Amino acid sequence: MTALQQKFDEGRRRLLMDRSVPGRVGATLPPLDVPEQDLPPDSLLRTELALPEVSEGELVRYFSQISQSNFSIDHNFYPLGSCTMKYNPKINDEIASIPGLAAIHPLQPESTVQGALKLMYELQGYLAAITGMPGVSLAPMAGADGELAGMLMTRAYHLERGEPNRKNVLIPDSAHGTNPASAAMAGFDVVTLPSDANGDTDLEALRASVSEDLAGLMITLPSTLGLFDANIVEVCRIVRDAGGIVYGDGANLNALLGRVKLGDLAFDVIHSNLHKTFTQPHGGGGPGAGPVISGPRLRQYMPSPVVTRETDADGTETYSLSSPEKTIGRMGAFHGNFGALVRAYAYISTLGNAGIAQISDDAVVNANYILSGLKGYYDLPYDRTCMHEVVFSARNLKRAYGVSALDVAKRLIDYGIHPPTMYFPLIVEEALMIEPTETESKETLDYFIEVMRTIAQEAAENPELLHDAPHDTLNSRVDEARAARQPDLRWRPAP
Amino acid sequence: MNPPELRYSKEHEWLRVESDGTAVLGITDFAAESLGDVVFVELPDVGSELGQSEKMGEIESVKAVSDLYSPVAGRVIERNERLIDNPELVNSGPFDSGWMLKVELSDASQLDQLMSAEEYESFLESQE
Amino acid sequence: MVPDAFASPYTPNTDADREEMLRVIGVASVDDLFLDVPVEHRSPSLDLPEPQSEMELLRYAHGLAAMNKVPGEYACFLGAGAYRHHIPAIVKQIATRSEFMTAYTPYQPEVSQGTLQTEYEFQSMCAQLTSMDVANAGMYDGSTSLAEAALMAVRITKLDRIAILDSVSPLYREVLQTYSQAPGLKIDVVSAGRGGLEEGTACLLVQQPNFFGYMEDLAELSERAHSQGALLVVYSDPISLGLFKPPGDYDADIVAAEGQAMGVPLTFGGPYVGIFACKQRFIRQMPGRIVGKTVDSRGRTAYVLTLQTREQHIRRERATSNICTSVALIALMSTIYIAANGKRGMKRIAELCYHKSHYAASLISDIPGYELPMDGTFFREFVVRCPLPPGEINDKLLDRSIIGGLDISAQVPNGMLVCVTEMNSREEIESFTAALAEIGAKA
Repeated sequence: MTALQQKFDEGRRRLLMDRSVPGRVGATLPPLDVPEQDLPPDSLLRTELALPEVSEGELVRYFSQISQSNFSIDHNFYPLGSCTMKYNPKINDEIASIPGLAAIHPLQPESTVQGALKLMYELQGYLAAITGMPGVSLAPMAGADGELAGMLMTRAYHLERGEPNRKNVLIPDSAHGTNPASAAMAGFDVVTLPSDANGDTDLEALRASVSEDLAGLMITLPSTLGLFDANIVEVCRIVRDAGGIVYGDGANLNALLGRVKLGDLAFDVIHSNLHKTFTQPHGGGGPGAGPVISGPRLRQYMPSPVVTRETDADGTETYSLSSPEKTIGRMGAFHGNFGALVRAYAYISTLGNAGIAQISDDAVVNANYILSGLKGYYDLPYDRTCMHEVVFSARNLKRAYGVSALDVAKRLIDYGIHPPTMYFPLIVEEALMIEPTETESKETLDYFIEVMRTIAQEAAENPELLHDAPHDTLNSRVDEARAARQPDLRWRPAP
Repeated sequence: MNPPELRYSKEHEWLRVESDGTAVLGITDFAAESLGDVVFVELPDVGSELGQSEKMGEIESVKAVSDLYSPVAGRVIERNERLIDNPELVNSGPFDSGWMLKVELSDASQLDQLMSAEEYESFLESQE
Repeated sequence: MVPDAFASPYTPNTDADREEMLRVIGVASVDDLFLDVPVEHRSPSLDLPEPQSEMELLRYAHGLAAMNKVPGEYACFLGAGAYRHHIPAIVKQIATRSEFMTAYTPYQPEVSQGTLQTEYEFQSMCAQLTSMDVANAGMYDGSTSLAEAALMAVRITKLDRIAILDSVSPLYREVLQTYSQAPGLKIDVVSAGRGGLEEGTACLLVQQPNFFGYMEDLAELSERAHSQGALLVVYSDPISLGLFKPPGDYDADIVAAEGQAMGVPLTFGGPYVGIFACKQRFIRQMPGRIVGKTVDSRGRTAYVLTLQTREQHIRRERATSNICTSVALIALMSTIYIAANGKRGMKRIAELCYHKSHYAASLISDIPGYELPMDGTFFREFVVRCPLPPGEINDKLLDRSIIGGLDISAQVPNGMLVCVTEMNSREEIESFTAALAEIGAKA
């Protein structure tokens, strides 16, 4: 690369403040059409405002160029385990931007937003139907927010029954990483439960852990090992018999649609990540939506608001925002991430019964196809049928050639594939957690399998190739230690 | 190598008794190596009292955080302020420039509960 | 004509593909992959409606939308935490680029520089707007940002009382209540004008401008908090910061704000983005994602998620928060908005809001029966005491294609909180005030 060519790459990295030229503007504003009013005293006004001055065309080129260094689901296969990176239908975005849905104010009188409330009410019904649990609050704004809501509901339940001693929340070591933090924010003590040799919940350990201080269990089904817990009925029975609440982390719901309802398995409360299972685009890390869905025991504690419907004598339906009887309160200022709700609603409406059930069937077939294709090339710590994702280990390559899961992941980038989730779950050494999703074709999976097999071979023949990967990206591997040791978190003027 | 003149704990801390009876402590090369690139060290204030085997601080690498335990009871009389801006010293010189605290021992007999370099090495082997 | 069997456009594999894949897997049917599901609970009926084609769904969605009265078609004077401002066309054009919209959290920096660099821009601009040292990459919304700021102050001071001004939005106070119930924090609601804070107060929470639209005396409140060892937490309005002195100038310790007003459609309340900024020395107590600047193995500039040991996936039950998202896409919208309007535009928007709202207020104060019960400097919202219950007035305004201000009679008798932005033309403002006069005259 010549110095001049290098200038192009470096140019992309120049921040807006460094591009700023006094006098340039990027937008127009209307003139003041009312008489000018007296401004407040200078003592209240700011004297400097360091913001960029860049023209509109320059802005578009800056953002467009830097965007191209992203991998995304529209451009790349993105088998990121437990993140359900599936195709995001375009019709959903189009519906979400209809002005009658996108431009309404959250505090308008209810009579003026009946269409929005009706949509929310119907979505509540769809989520209840899919999960077999009657109570739905769409208020939580992300999966972790749904977890917090569910655990606060659990707390309210035990307090109302006069059992403040119930402080222990059991969390299997194969659960999602956020669960312990959510339980702690809701005031609980976390007790980690081991998995047994098959990757299921260790029933002996569970029985030994339940006591009169048990508040509940937070379990991910299927687990982050990609396995459907064969002991699940017994697990729920033990927890419920001990007076505990069963919380289900619904992040992996993409494996279960139309195959089993968590409500039928006696779960008390779950959350659903609409940005995973129901195609709200991930947006580079949000927005999401994490409705909390509950069975009869916890329904009255749900966060507010929920949408209710009344039908009068002549059949007119009126929708209202209301608070469940013993609500834990508000999760945010308004009614949840409505834009994400609209997309999930559009998605479920497009697919109906047959299409929704097809999701999980194909997600599970695709994951097992990868399992079969890579078995023997990578270690398979739990050799059994997986659900929507499969966890391999690169420990065979690590021991033989010094090639780690990280190296494999980074080499995938050279082949245009986003790395899988690495080093999680923690109970699998050198973990590579692969979730293909149902929206990938057999041809894409065949290519992925071929690439992964090739990488295993490259590990033996030319490990340096993997250590140096990726090779063609805007950046090679980055110095994360430096970032953390000397945090540089914002633009500052050059000295 | 683990210097023979130091004492060692099972939590992978080392301790050196100075001529004035005070003790300097830090973490071992093995601990630093297993943590990876150390990015942050949080140490107790000068003057604070440490209990034996009690948490005295935290050490962070990019993607892990571990508690630091005091191998002995005592009062902190000095701490290695250089670690605040240069936590990498823990990696580059765990037994010297990466030292953490200087303490006044409350009970010198606690030193007997610590291991010699030789004992620490067999301990490490037994852990594998 | 024989009806087609439903085929999903989102699942490419055909029966033939599936059969071949099952053969490779070594099972006879898809059912064989679900044998771990308890037999009595397998394959329940879903009870969802029939699938809708794109055409049918669009028609239905437009029908739902038509049941709503839409600001824009209606003149709208509602604010109270969600604001109508003009959104430059480039905001949507850039933010909906699929490279931004359909990427995941930037865990793999080599293929996420687009997201990471723009998040760093967001952090920079939030820090500059608020005059704080650092900002994170974003929270769920302004209200949760404020609640998290309170929890952070509790961690820093190791005290468990929170003082909050009674002029903070009641909705935000409710969210604070949700977040503080489990840790058992004591919340004291205090008035701006009087008295000290209780012993053991971790922080004083102030909204600027307050819920009613008026500026608090931040200098005095800062002194009050700091003299008693409490932190000052300011909930700021980012549009007002184009004109008014930023919270950093008042020595605020933590700043929370709602980013929605900057380039984000109202969308019936979300998704929005919370802004979260603080002093440098508190960064390790911050919740949320943070992007840092560093270099790659060849010495070139690169950005990466950093200080991750604070977060849930590493510190687990001892994390600073359970939050995972940074609402990156919405933060990007705000970033583009600030960049497009720039130094001049951000000031200009604030000035337009100021002049127009003051013009509306001056007209309303001249209408018999209406008065402005509060004194002081307001920015783009103000309180009107009406001659009738505001709910009744708002019903009549709707007949005139006007969505009136928020009914705050719970806080101020017959109070209406009126918001005027650059989106309200002089004609709209004058129709609104004429309608108020007409409705009031019949009282």
